[in-house]
Amino acid sequence: MTDETAAAEEAEDEAVPAGDPVEMRYGAIVDPAAADAVLHATVENHLDACAEAFADGFDQLIDLTAVDYLTYAGTRVLPAGVEAERFEVVTQLISHHRRERVRIRTHLADGTELPSLFDLWPGAESLEREVFDMFGITFADHPDMSRVLMPEDWVGHPLRKDYAVGSIPVQFKAASNER
Amino acid sequence: MTVTENPESATEPSGEATDGAARVRRRDDGAAVLRLSEAEAAQIGNDPEAGDDDERVMLNMGPSHPSTHGVLRLMLEMEGETVLRSKPVVGYLHTGMEKQAEQLTYLQGCTNVTRMDYASPFFTELAFSLATEKLLGIEVPERATWIRMLMSELNRMSSHLLFMATNGMDLGAVSMMIYGWREREEVLRFFEKVTGLRMNHNYIRPGGVAVDLPDGWQADVEHLLELIPPRLEEYDVLMTGQPIWRERLQGVGTINADEALALSATGPILRSAGYAWDLRRDEPYLAYDEVEFDVIVGSYGDSYDRYAIRLNEIRESMRIVEQILDKMPAGDYRVQDKKVTPPPRVRIDQSMEALIHHFKIFTEGYKVPEGEAYAAVESPRGELGVYMVSDGTSTPYRMHVRGPSFINLQTMPHMMQNALIADAVAIISSVDPIMGEVDR
Repeated sequence: MTDETAAAEEAEDEAVPAGDPVEMRYGAIVDPAAADAVLHATVENHLDACAEAFADGFDQLIDLTAVDYLTYAGTRVLPAGVEAERFEVVTQLISHHRRERVRIRTHLADGTELPSLFDLWPGAESLEREVFDMFGITFADHPDMSRVLMPEDWVGHPLRKDYAVGSIPVQFKAASNER
Repeated sequence: MTVTENPESATEPSGEATDGAARVRRRDDGAAVLRLSEAEAAQIGNDPEAGDDDERVMLNMGPSHPSTHGVLRLMLEMEGETVLRSKPVVGYLHTGMEKQAEQLTYLQGCTNVTRMDYASPFFTELAFSLATEKLLGIEVPERATWIRMLMSELNRMSSHLLFMATNGMDLGAVSMMIYGWREREEVLRFFEKVTGLRMNHNYIRPGGVAVDLPDGWQADVEHLLELIPPRLEEYDVLMTGQPIWRERLQGVGTINADEALALSATGPILRSAGYAWDLRRDEPYLAYDEVEFDVIVGSYGDSYDRYAIRLNEIRESMRIVEQILDKMPAGDYRVQDKKVTPPPRVRIDQSMEALIHHFKIFTEGYKVPEGEAYAAVESPRGELGVYMVSDGTSTPYRMHVRGPSFINLQTMPHMMQNALIADAVAIISSVDPIMGEVDR
């Protein structure tokens, strides 16, 4: 862990109101209300939390996806000290020998770059590409930050909540859209 | 036989952390994956400065190629007949099902997700239903759980039988294709009897299953259990013991447990490397802790092990189905929670309220409490999970499917590196991707 992130974490610890004990794990805030083991991380401690989880025996990255909370109708109940942002990147890890799972929800604003988990779990490669493709969240130090499901020249990121649902002319690479 | 049927002798998860990315880099600095755009890849072999030494050729395989299982496309960097780097290009079947799921109610959601992995539709329905039930906080009746298990295991059989067919076809055992489809058809016939459809059943729904098993279902299942084992013996004669078959698969497309773990591979790919991990045994869902079965693991991590694992998993599934026949409890096939379950058909004729209730459930749907949940099941291809976020309305706010096919595809370039192009076909086949689930 670098000094910078450690300092950032300390700052985060201090931001929590006194008298409200917040449980921490891998430098991230534990969600006391969740049924599963859920941690809340920030852009700054995302990679460190994952690296610590990896060192702690979470040997496989099971899933990585994102949620766009732009038009969320309910009220998101988040533990104290967690700042809600537009996007959440949800990383699911599994420790086979302990038969244990953990879910790390990383909160980030639009246009923020997240460090890639590729160096910890190379299996993150296509999952992070999918998140980039569908949400436009970019991952730093990713070996191939390109679209995976949509065509290479597609404009927009379909799973964003401000990407309209509707009929779009079917696009083929060779055909023009003027009909 | 390379398959150990005793999970005790297999590698158990050790929990020792080794350096992550280094685990897949033993093969020449991780250069198995061709990380180039189309335009860049087109330049391979066309570099005038490289001179005559550069004998690399870009070969494009698919998206419509008889052995690429649907619309998988592979960009292969070849030198002679050897594959250097490769890149699976996917998305040809992408229809935005995760986006569509945000428009559909929870009741309609199953019709959507069942179309993802079209070879094993019950599993996606099941994962979707389990995630929804987690959010709703309801518990389904025992009979519904056992019906779900019965259908899942029969579906695992039909899916693996389809694999037997396509694997045989890909490797030139063309008659095997006919046999595999023939046996699968027998299983699908039972599905049709129960759900009304051969595929895309929309049978497992949040709260239970759509209808109860039909009268005489035991006889049908018993018929299947009698019919399939001798046919599997035939497969053994036709393929398992044949020198050509073994020659074609053994040592082809090897992967070790470390690599499979690092690349997030699950299912038969992970188990072929001798790593005993099966959600049915290790994180039991439904009632898998009440039935006995073995987790089949391989020892060499090659295509032959993956073939043998799937063949033997059909046998294990039949073992489970036999136990389900004995243990199937009586009772409701769906939860009697008026919020989730529409009223019975007869009530609609008798009561205005029931009619309104029925109408409301099928137009507006039911509201699901806010929150997020993840539920995973062991599909024939590995861990199939659904991550669901609800904002308290009657449609999911976000529904994400962890498709094992999509993630398992990542192992393909690593298995293919330095293999012959003819073996590439065997490797694609042994990864057994279903493109509907890859592209969603």
